[in-house]
Amino acid sequence: MRAIEPDALRIRTPEGITFSLPLAGPVRRCLAMILDLFCVGVIMTTIGYLVRALSLVGDDVAGALYYLFYFVVSTGYGIFLEWRWRGQTVGKRALRLRVVDAEGLRLRPTQIVLRNLLRPVDTLPVLYLLGGAVTFFNQRRQRLGDLAAGTVVIYEAAIAEPDFTRIATAKFNSLSAYPHLAARLRMRVPPTWIAITFEALLRRDQFDPAARLELYRELAGRFQAEADFPPAATEDLSDEQYLRNVLEVMARRR
Amino acid sequence: MIVDLERFVARERPFWQELEYLLGRLDADPERTLPMEDALRLHYLYQRGGAGLAKLSALPGETALRSYVESLVSRAYGQIHETRGHHWGTSVWRWFTVSFPQAFRRRRREFALSAGLLFLGAAFGAFALRVDPSAKDSLVGFGHLKQTPAERVAKEEKEQSQSDRMAGRKTSFSAELMTHNTRVAILTCALGMTWGFGTTISLFYNGVILGAVAYDYVQAGYTRFLLGWLLPHGSVEIPAILLGGQAGFVLAGALLRRRERRRLGERLRQVTPDVLHLLGGVAILLVWAGMVEAFFSQYHEPILPYDLKIAVGLLELFCLFFFLSRAGRHARD
Repeated sequence: MRAIEPDALRIRTPEGITFSLPLAGPVRRCLAMILDLFCVGVIMTTIGYLVRALSLVGDDVAGALYYLFYFVVSTGYGIFLEWRWRGQTVGKRALRLRVVDAEGLRLRPTQIVLRNLLRPVDTLPVLYLLGGAVTFFNQRRQRLGDLAAGTVVIYEAAIAEPDFTRIATAKFNSLSAYPHLAARLRMRVPPTWIAITFEALLRRDQFDPAARLELYRELAGRFQAEADFPPAATEDLSDEQYLRNVLEVMARRR
Repeated sequence: MIVDLERFVARERPFWQELEYLLGRLDADPERTLPMEDALRLHYLYQRGGAGLAKLSALPGETALRSYVESLVSRAYGQIHETRGHHWGTSVWRWFTVSFPQAFRRRRREFALSAGLLFLGAAFGAFALRVDPSAKDSLVGFGHLKQTPAERVAKEEKEQSQSDRMAGRKTSFSAELMTHNTRVAILTCALGMTWGFGTTISLFYNGVILGAVAYDYVQAGYTRFLLGWLLPHGSVEIPAILLGGQAGFVLAGALLRRRERRRLGERLRQVTPDVLHLLGGVAILLVWAGMVEAFFSQYHEPILPYDLKIAVGLLELFCLFFFLSRAGRHARD
């Protein structure tokens, strides 16, 4: 099953697992294409030198080889690399883009060939205007070649496991004695608050000290409004430490 | 519900890392197929990762960890649930002698439409030139077609009796023709994605030029020259362009067939193999046509008798349609 949320392809598997694939934006795709054109240019220039070096076979044969190589490279560059690198070319790899099946399945050779062979119609009348326009009117940001081949281009953000040590609390967490309040926070606090607080703690050194205090005070106030821990648990805690303790008790139950 | 996040991560991390390693091996070689033992392990790791992802989804705020597990699960999902072939498939010979002609026959209505549009364009081109001879420059005003038929025949026959005007450039001319015509055929097919409008215009326009040229030579009394010049390569090149149009109309048909209950993506996926079989066949035919045009078609009397060239062209045309209508009839695609 597949659903589309803004700028993401959301897929629900038969096992009931749901995951999202962030769609690539037009600027990244455009930059990747420019990089790929540059690569094709470099390959063709190199082949041009090699063909000229083949003067032994005569100008006629050298000219024929150049025509054939140009056709093969310009048409086959995307096909070959997207097959070998699982949906990536040099440009796409540099910009962290990948062509994937629109159903989240494995990319097949026929899809790669078709999306690349239909590229000429996307380039019409000039500079990918038709293909570009189609991506704007299409929820999955597909150009015509992608539509025909059933593919989408996604953005693969750098993904790494979060480093929990960076928000490690003191050994003793005074809030952990109140699991019912922690449970209430889990129910009431929207995920966006938690994400913002998490980021605010991670970036503590990037803030101006006064702004940091102000930000942590405001965030702590929001959490306190949802679950008011007894003064015995919060006295002597700075707003920052309070937020660290809150995030920890929300993430674990003892 | 995750009771202890750190303990959960510590317990699951080795499985995630194993899954990442297995997926990395598959990514490194697209042709790789896992042995049964590894495939079963991949499935187990996928299910375990999926279960972990479901638990993480209930835990707000863990965006980085969730993204990490989500990326592993999505990659594994693609590997496990893809039951369609992911290899390049059959041998080239079997593809050319079975898959290609079968695709042509399956889509013969689209071919008829393609041929009909080209001939309609040709009729229009001939009619336009008959009604308004001064429109020749607008219709075919490029290259050697600018000359009158009489001028061109006289010039080329005279040149040929003195020297080989194609000497030293036959091979490159042949390659230029092959690649140019293949691009035209691919574009004609790709324009099918404009609901067939672009393919229609492309075929009609090519027909107009063909019809205008044919009328120009026929009414000037140079029918034998025309047939001798066009048939040897045109008997393959023109059907190849029609096959490109046929592939375009197959795509257009999938876009337009809205009454069918299947979704657009499914309709397009169903026609993809036929489109690619047709385009692959077009490329092979245009390689042949390019060689014939450079090495054979450009030679006229007194070097090559027109009757011989016409006979060769008709033989090619017969062979091509015999091949397309009969080849691979009893084989399973």
